[in-house]
Amino acid sequence: MSLTLIVLLPFIGAVLPAIMIRAGRNACATATGSVTLLALILLAVQAPAVFSGEVISVRYDWLTGLGLNVTFFLDGLGFLFASLILGIGLLIIIYARFYLSKDDPMGRFYVFLLLFQGAMVGIVLSDNILLLLIFWELTSLSSFLLIGYWKHLPEGRQGARMALTVTGAGGLAMIAGMLILGNIVGSYDLSVILQNTDLIQASPLYVPALILILLGCFTKSAQFPFHFWLPHAMAAPTPVSAYLHSATMVKAGIFLMARMWPVLSGTPEWFYIVATAGLITMVMGAWIALFKDDLKGLLAYSTVSHLGLVTMLFGFGTPMAAVAGVFHIINHATFKAALFMTAGIIDHETGTRSIRRLGGLMHLMPVAATIGIVAALSMAGVAPLNGFLSKEMMLQEAWETTWFDLNWLVPLLATIGALFSVAYSFRFVVHVFFGPRRDDYPAHPHDPPFGMWAPPAFLVVLVVLIGLFPAVVAGPLVAVTSAAVIGGALPDYHLALWHGVNPALGMSIAAIIGGLLLLWRHGGLSSAMENMSRPDAKAMFDIVIARIVGLSRLISDNLHDGSLQRYLSVMIVAAVAIGASGFYAQADHLAGTRAILPVTLPALIGWVLLVVSCIAVVFTHHNRLYCLLLSGVVGLIVSLGFVYFSAPDLALTQISVEVVTVILMLLALNILPKESPKESTTSRKFRDGLIASIAGLGMGGAVWAVMTRDYASISDYHLAQSYVGGGGNNVVNVILVDFRGFDTFGEIIVLGIAALAIFALIETVTQGEAAKRLAGWVVQARRSKDRHPLMTVVATRVMLPLALMVGAYIFLRGHGEPGGGFIAGLVVSIALIMQYMASGFGWAQNRLKANYHGMIALGVLAAGITGLAAVVGGFPFLTSDYGYVTWPIVGTFELASAMGFDLGVFLTVVGAVMLALAKLSQVERMAGHVEINVEPMDHDPSAAAPSPSKEA
Amino acid sequence: MEFLVASSIGILCASGVYLMLRGRTFPVVVGLALLTYAVNVFLLAMGRLAIDLPPILSPDATAYTDPLPQALVLTAIVISFGMTALVVVLALRTYLEIGNDHIDGLPDRTPESGDKN
Repeated sequence: MSLTLIVLLPFIGAVLPAIMIRAGRNACATATGSVTLLALILLAVQAPAVFSGEVISVRYDWLTGLGLNVTFFLDGLGFLFASLILGIGLLIIIYARFYLSKDDPMGRFYVFLLLFQGAMVGIVLSDNILLLLIFWELTSLSSFLLIGYWKHLPEGRQGARMALTVTGAGGLAMIAGMLILGNIVGSYDLSVILQNTDLIQASPLYVPALILILLGCFTKSAQFPFHFWLPHAMAAPTPVSAYLHSATMVKAGIFLMARMWPVLSGTPEWFYIVATAGLITMVMGAWIALFKDDLKGLLAYSTVSHLGLVTMLFGFGTPMAAVAGVFHIINHATFKAALFMTAGIIDHETGTRSIRRLGGLMHLMPVAATIGIVAALSMAGVAPLNGFLSKEMMLQEAWETTWFDLNWLVPLLATIGALFSVAYSFRFVVHVFFGPRRDDYPAHPHDPPFGMWAPPAFLVVLVVLIGLFPAVVAGPLVAVTSAAVIGGALPDYHLALWHGVNPALGMSIAAIIGGLLLLWRHGGLSSAMENMSRPDAKAMFDIVIARIVGLSRLISDNLHDGSLQRYLSVMIVAAVAIGASGFYAQADHLAGTRAILPVTLPALIGWVLLVVSCIAVVFTHHNRLYCLLLSGVVGLIVSLGFVYFSAPDLALTQISVEVVTVILMLLALNILPKESPKESTTSRKFRDGLIASIAGLGMGGAVWAVMTRDYASISDYHLAQSYVGGGGNNVVNVILVDFRGFDTFGEIIVLGIAALAIFALIETVTQGEAAKRLAGWVVQARRSKDRHPLMTVVATRVMLPLALMVGAYIFLRGHGEPGGGFIAGLVVSIALIMQYMASGFGWAQNRLKANYHGMIALGVLAAGITGLAAVVGGFPFLTSDYGYVTWPIVGTFELASAMGFDLGVFLTVVGAVMLALAKLSQVERMAGHVEINVEPMDHDPSAAAPSPSKEA
Repeated sequence: MEFLVASSIGILCASGVYLMLRGRTFPVVVGLALLTYAVNVFLLAMGRLAIDLPPILSPDATAYTDPLPQALVLTAIVISFGMTALVVVLALRTYLEIGNDHIDGLPDRTPESGDKN
């Protein structure tokens, strides 16, 4: 449980800074820090168990069918990374409080930071690789927000975009790789995957999976050739750089390589891909770092180089190299985070980050300078600091490595990498802190407040302590982490300062001397480098992205040109083609052997009417009123067809929907043009006719083929259970409100949404172009003098109670006889619409006072609550119950819980229909320039005798 | 009888598709309505045709029609009403917004050009 909480805390806590910022910046930072501290304490509580070799795990089933479960586990590796993420995170939170200026929105910063932190902790504690992938993508997204935090800076936005593109693309590749891996093993649980080394490495899909997963790792950890995004991400505020590029984001790739080490490493493919990429990255990153004048640029490339070092160590595939890699992860996180924070302090205090403009800071800010110097010396690998120890181990491993039969290549390049590393580290020390005191800074530099230098100072103390007493301070952590990485017995190793005279010591000394010599000649080299033309990664990246964007635009512009006719043609032709291919794939098509019903005269008459109407619609569709009337005829015949073919519920529904639809279309037609211009060319008509004929032939043929064959239906179950289980004789209604109630529940929600969309479309008609058009509307149609004729008013008023009673009757009997919520809703709607039509909108609205929005909401709620009542009773959602009640006079009748559900259906239908029509009539009133009527009739006979002048 | 129903569905579908491919909003809406009829009857026909066998349980009945397609069609009818209403209002709003009822939704152009139809 507490494991889950460690992951969830940052996510839950992410709302705090957004709220607490109102109480001031200190409160905001304190709240954020408390969240991280709490998670860190929860983690620390687990430490004794982890150090005793226990693996703590927790599991919640989520989507078991997909193999996706919420499972977390904490072993040594997870513990190391989680403590780095949370521990350095806490320091960064403190540091950022003092770093961010008053203009920076601090609440947002901490929200992003906590989201990122949660995602990182999720990666390192996930036991399910699908869950891990989710967190992996979350880090890409949240780091995008962090890198682009200063959104007013173009560099920040571009850097964030580049980071997202590169790491996101790598993440996609990794998803594919992980899925392959999961398929090989048959489980997505890491703990299972890690047990199946032989199975995975013997699989023919091992190499594709390896390459895809490594693509994810290399992009995230900025390994060659994907290293170019990291320096551009330096446009972020320094706390972000310090956090993302020392301990977290870029370490995610490293983490995954360590996590997958037992199952993926040890093969030649792993060695040549991973070790080579790491080696190139290490040397190249260090070389570029040497010539960076920007402090953060130098640190960025140095990070690239050190990540290369760790990658190379894991790539060697030996347990000893893995131990060295783990140790260097710890050391790099400590000194690099301290260095980034120092760089931030320098930038903050002097106003510049350019090494050429810096110098002599030892005099101006002794505390910060001391921190920076110690950390940089550790980065250079100078004894007795922790960077020295892991570098020695790395060199020793390199010494023993043979690359394609060349036993001198790796040791030589590793030494050269270390040499460059010494050179740029000393450049950082010498050119920034030493030298004469300068007074030409944009600001007046002095030591920063305690809160700003305390976090890096804490890390530097660790740097020294680990360097002096490695076995005591870091020994247990390295041991438990390495055991988790290796997944077997630990090799024989000693963390100590002095290992005697060995090849590594010689290489180390060579690197330090060579590095100092290089720094001595740095000025000349630097100008030579500037004159050399180098490939610019950003320009290349921009060109590639521009090409991709151009290509997608070309495709989408040509496919998606805004022509509905084209889309529909393509869709219909595609549907016909798919149907045809299925049709011809089968040997026997068309008529089956099922007995055919005889043709009867009424059916024949209906068929003739339908065919004639359909053909007439096609030929007269330019006259829209005819077109609408004819389609009404078709609807009527379809309703009669439903009656004829034993579907009374459908017939009732269809006929009432027909009425409402025709009213709706007539209202729309009042505004829309009354005729369609004849603008189609003959060839166009012929083409559309051909498509339509083939579609019709296909659909008719398919249904003919189905109807002439026998079948087995699942409906026997429904028929048998309808009364026993659902308490109703009308099986169709029982299916709707009971068997498939969930379906119906979704459907009334859709209906409600449609009505709200209509509301939104018309509510805004009073603005913009539409309002201008309506204001200038000229009424063309001849209007009746008598808007609300007396006879209709009286007739509808008499009918209203009758119609409502019919509605109630249909609703109540729905469970046993044809009827139910849908039909009753439509009938009641029609009764109400009649009032609007006869007596006018204003008059009816004043008396009805109905809130249709509320009705829709009430309906959906009623249906939902009925369903939930079953859940409270311990049954699945929407389980229904029924019983019999006896009332005096009324007698015994059935009461089913499904009735509550049906009531919800009823309310939603009435609300949706009335909302749609009421809003539509609002447009009509605006276009017709008529006042809202308060009188029901234009001529009220009960009023005083009409004055003759009014009639005139 | 089966042939009558099958051919009705075919003709409804063909005329619906033809109208849907027209260039103005109103015929498209009517075409959509016709296609809806075709689909609804199609769904009902999946339960095969039955005369005088309503899906209402009663002691006298010896056989029933298939109730499941009917339940599906019933919701389909109501949903398609919601969709028709939405499309009609969308067409109306577009017309008011751009001054013509061409389905491509491009602001005023001369109706005579007819290039896209």
